[in-house]
Amino acid sequence: MSTEVQQLDRVVIRIAGDSGDGMQLTGDRFTQETANFGNDLSTQPNFPAEIRAPAGTLAGVSSFQLHFADHDILTPGDRPDVLVAMNPAALKANLQDLPKGATIIVDTRDFTERALARIGWSANPITDGTLENFTVHALDLTQLTLDALADTELSRKDAGRSKNMYALGLLSWMYSRPTEGTLKFLREKFAKNPDIAEANITAFKAGWNYGETTEAFGVSYQVKPAVLPPGEYRNIAGNLALSYGLIAGARRAKLPLFLGAYPITPASDILHELSKHKRFGVATFQAEDEIAGIGAALGAAFGGALGVTTSSGPGIALKAETIGLAVSLELPLVVVDVQRGGPSTGLPTKTEQSDLLQAMFGRNGEAPVPIVAPQSPSDCFDAAIEAVRIATVYKTPVILLSDGYIANGSEPWKLPVVSELPDLTVEFLTEPNGTGAEDGVFLPYLRDPETLARPWAVPGTAGLEHRIGGIEKADRTGNISYDPDNHDFMVRTRAAKVAGITVPDLVVDDADDDAKVLVLGWGSTYGPIGAAVRRVRRTGTSIAQAHLRHLNPFPANLGEVLAHYERVVIPEMNLGQLALLIRGRYLTDVVSVTQVRGMPFRAAELADMLQGVISNGE
Amino acid sequence: MASELGLKAKDFKTDQEVRWCPGCGDYAILAAVQGFMPELGIPREDIVFISGIGCSSRFPYYMNTYGMHSIHGRAPAIATGLSTSRPDLKVFVVTGDGDALSIGGNHLIHALRRNVNLTILLFNNRIYGLTKGQYSPTSEQGKITKSTPMGSLDFPFNPVSLALGAEATFVGRTLDSDRKHLTTVLRAATEHRGTSLVEIYQNCNIFNDGAFDLIKDSDTKGEWIIPLEHGSEVRFGADNSKAVVRDPGNGALSVAEDVAPGDPRVVIHDAHSADPSYAFAISRLSQVDSRLSAMGVFRDVSRPSYDDLMNDQLDAARVKAEASNGTDDAALQSLIYGADSWTIQ
Ligand SMILES: Cc1ncc(C[n+]2csc(CCOP(=O)(O)OP(=O)(O)O)c2C)c(N)n1
Ligand code: SF4
Ligand SMILES: [Mg+2]
Repeated sequence: MSTEVQQLDRVVIRIAGDSGDGMQLTGDRFTQETANFGNDLSTQPNFPAEIRAPAGTLAGVSSFQLHFADHDILTPGDRPDVLVAMNPAALKANLQDLPKGATIIVDTRDFTERALARIGWSANPITDGTLENFTVHALDLTQLTLDALADTELSRKDAGRSKNMYALGLLSWMYSRPTEGTLKFLREKFAKNPDIAEANITAFKAGWNYGETTEAFGVSYQVKPAVLPPGEYRNIAGNLALSYGLIAGARRAKLPLFLGAYPITPASDILHELSKHKRFGVATFQAEDEIAGIGAALGAAFGGALGVTTSSGPGIALKAETIGLAVSLELPLVVVDVQRGGPSTGLPTKTEQSDLLQAMFGRNGEAPVPIVAPQSPSDCFDAAIEAVRIATVYKTPVILLSDGYIANGSEPWKLPVVSELPDLTVEFLTEPNGTGAEDGVFLPYLRDPETLARPWAVPGTAGLEHRIGGIEKADRTGNISYDPDNHDFMVRTRAAKVAGITVPDLVVDDADDDAKVLVLGWGSTYGPIGAAVRRVRRTGTSIAQAHLRHLNPFPANLGEVLAHYERVVIPEMNLGQLALLIRGRYLTDVVSVTQVRGMPFRAAELADMLQGVISNGE
Repeated sequence: MASELGLKAKDFKTDQEVRWCPGCGDYAILAAVQGFMPELGIPREDIVFISGIGCSSRFPYYMNTYGMHSIHGRAPAIATGLSTSRPDLKVFVVTGDGDALSIGGNHLIHALRRNVNLTILLFNNRIYGLTKGQYSPTSEQGKITKSTPMGSLDFPFNPVSLALGAEATFVGRTLDSDRKHLTTVLRAATEHRGTSLVEIYQNCNIFNDGAFDLIKDSDTKGEWIIPLEHGSEVRFGADNSKAVVRDPGNGALSVAEDVAPGDPRVVIHDAHSADPSYAFAISRLSQVDSRLSAMGVFRDVSRPSYDDLMNDQLDAARVKAEASNGTDDAALQSLIYGADSWTIQ
């Protein structure tokens, strides 16, 4: 039968179901098909903190959103054009996000009175008019899957499990996705269980055929491949990119990598990933707690390894004292904070940028720590390498501030060439560094005049035996010193060292060069801010955008950039932490725009707000 | 004694002024350790002392080796990272009863259970010295201190029992003032592969003076020290008439008086017993009478050390990769490419 094929420039799809329904896997597969097809894309998983919240409840709904387009895009999209809901709870939990006219594909199987009552629906929303503003395809996906698998030996329960693949098949037909990858994936994933592999493949194909052969849909869509810069690409999530960045950074520094970590959402993926790469000299230590994790990493750093610790806000709080010790010892250390909603346990699986001030100030004493923030999933790779650079060149702990949004979200990544990454080769001191009267003497705190870094002299080097510690040290010798002037000097020197770290100037995108308003962001808000800026510009209004990778020290030209604009707007997923720093440092009265919903900003809302600021100024 | 390397005790002294109170037991321990270092036959640059915070934790500043005076309680964790990433080094941890058993209790038991290659010297003065005399987790119940004017309420840890409970592979106990015994136990501890924990009774003459007098005083120590020597009967007291005996019925250990030579109930010390409950039972004798102290090596058994296991895994992964997917830049490049990359022309 001939279906109409419509061209679209972009689509946002959200797949939602029980957390046991395999929604993340379905989303991953659809993403991979889309990547293989050549669209630009951006994804956002959203799952409950509970591993298996009771089936059919709102708390148990897990979803995956994918935005793909024939042009370059920056976010997973504000609101889905298409929602696939595998049960009533999934429909209810996501309904309020749908714009008028959206398409809903819903599995009607569980729309029983009891199941509906359980989530507070007294009538069936499919038939009572609740969905009248949407195009609804109400199908018994479960039954369709069971029918497709009727000839197999599988129990109904096992067969029913393949309904996510049925839905994926249907979606793949709707959006003309290539399917070989998914078929291959299923064969490999269930290689040990060929019956299950076949069932999933059959369900997938049946879903595709349902779209193709029934009249229910009538239309299928095409989104042409995007025009992206030439090169090799893959799709990558932030935590994976960050893990690869750490491995590559250690390799470029010619150091073994030692990770000390304690599991915590959303940072555990990095521990899992690094554990797989022992062949590259990556040692991973799952410690008894976060304090031991960073302690072991610091111990390894003393021994000449690239010490790394990974955690999220609550764990970073526990690590504070050891970060302070690393500041005092002046040893390289990379501290990764994949931020999540706080305070306390907060929202473990949701995103937030509320650890900036913790990273900046969350230690006793004057304990400056450089801070680097990635701006997108693939950028986590480069940001990790930058953190390694700063740590090893300046012999300092560095905090790498990622967050749940980019950690779990994914996008296509133009692949780097390992041998072309920056050369970070580290030189250990091998001989005493004293001169003149101090010839032959080792001075552990004699600094490089340019970087103010002290030498890295590792155990095993004869003639450089020395003792370091958290008690204030005398300049140059590193011996214990309680001398007031020395302490004043050392505090200021440590501050000057961090303040003097060379970081690239801030680049401003002021397309028309006549903007009066600058929107300044940091970290994962890059995508939403960029998308909002495009919307504003499409209306013919000028606006400038700049994004900070370095939060400490700030780029040297930041003050100049701020002074150039009449208004500076800072959107953040916290209550104004960067705004506070900028006001305090530059006396710029910025407009702080904040949101802490555990979700990234919506581009449309941000664009409206920016328009508001621009017109108020006139 | 001079070593093959020609090192002497004085080579392990630093130019830093030692700042413990005059008369502190820490001096004797420092002298014993410096004196025994040359025997190890390990070059100074391959030795590292890591400590936490406390009077005792100042120790690394006085040892002319590599050293780190870290933060309160965390030395075992820091040393774990150093030892596992640098198996070529000999890593010591110096800690106090507060450092190791209060704030750092968690790290201590986990280091012991993992059996990381560390020699841990726990200076037990049964008091917080550096913070000027509060009771510690090893202070006897009812102890009057600045923070417990009516007497402390908490029941104390027995560090040896605690370590054995954590399945430590080497546990010893010795005394600051008995240089010979101290050196013997330290020697055995440093020869052990895995974690060795040595509890060193240490007098704090300022805040808890005389805590160990009963076992120091030549008139009384014979009555209260239970000497442990592998393969020997556990006997003590005048004419060795007291002994640790095993109840033939239930296997329980106790101290008996007037035990005749050849009494079959007398325990023969077995530090190599695979089951830690024997050593644990010995350590509990002090709970029956707190004046009693078994001294020596309670347990010395072999179990693969965490560092060796980790390095075996690293080696195995590398060797396997060298024959398959590689370990070089190209291998990393192909890891980064993954299975699903695509080309845009
Ligand atoms: C995080 C932290 N909490 C508290 C202290 C204060 N403090 C320093 S040493 C110490 C106790 C030391 O007792 P112990 O380990 O027995 O060592 P000693 O001085 O008796 O040798 C305390 C509570 C500290 N330095 N750091
Ligand atoms: S306070 Fe006690 S433990 Fe500390 S140095 Fe003085 S005597 Fe030694
Ligand atoms: Mg003490």
